[in-house]
Amino acid sequence: MSLTSTVTGDAQVITVNADRIDAAMAIQFKEDMRSETEGGLERVILDLSGVSFIDSSGLGAIVASMKQLGGARRLDLAGLTPVVEKVFRLTRMDTVFNLFPSLDDALTEDAG
Amino acid sequence: MDQNGFELSFPATEVEASAGIAALAEQLSEQGLPEAHAGDVRIALAEAINNVVEHAYIGVEAAQVQVNCALRANWLEIRISDTGLPLPDRQPPEGIPASVETELQDLPEGGFGWFLIRRLASDIRYERREGFNHLFLRFDLLSSSNG
Repeated sequence: MSLTSTVTGDAQVITVNADRIDAAMAIQFKEDMRSETEGGLERVILDLSGVSFIDSSGLGAIVASMKQLGGARRLDLAGLTPVVEKVFRLTRMDTVFNLFPSLDDALTEDAG
Repeated sequence: MDQNGFELSFPATEVEASAGIAALAEQLSEQGLPEAHAGDVRIALAEAINNVVEHAYIGVEAAQVQVNCALRANWLEIRISDTGLPLPDRQPPEGIPASVETELQDLPEGGFGWFLIRRLASDIRYERREGFNHLFLRFDLLSSSNG
């Protein structure tokens, strides 16, 4: 699992450098997200544009990552590819997260 | 597309399953599975195979997962076979998903597998026969993708 983290404006942007987030990497993803976001900015944007596939374990790892941030911080998701978007929609997790078509959309959105 | 079929076996571990699912998705595309159905098939296939890896071989020595695909013009049938434990009550679970209308800390992190399989496959059949589990997932390819 490979994550890249940068700070843009008032948000931390974490890019997933893997083409899938699935059962084989869910635990590692969750741990990497924990270390990347420790003590960071209030808003975290996860850039999923390079991820073409996710399963329910990968979805669970993203949900767990948001829980790790706690109630005072937020995890927004950007650049969902069609299959990833469908898994969020079918499980209704699209109603839990703020989803943005692209990272640019997420960055231009008012964080408030 | 006339008649296409193939099979793939791999050890029932998460890492082997991850690579196996990706290989199956690629092979199905090469054999002519329409792009509009490829995502649905891959999601259901992954959940079904992950169930085998995570549940069927609990407490018993992990063996192989065997996947057979039969692709026709109007349908795709996938058979997933293993020698692990039978499904509880010898039938596929109903797969009722946990509600997401909860507090942040109570959000479900799992339990969506069978729900997704049932939503995406056109028909599901399960057989326990001579120590084997056989799960058949059928996908109708005529109509456009649901949902």
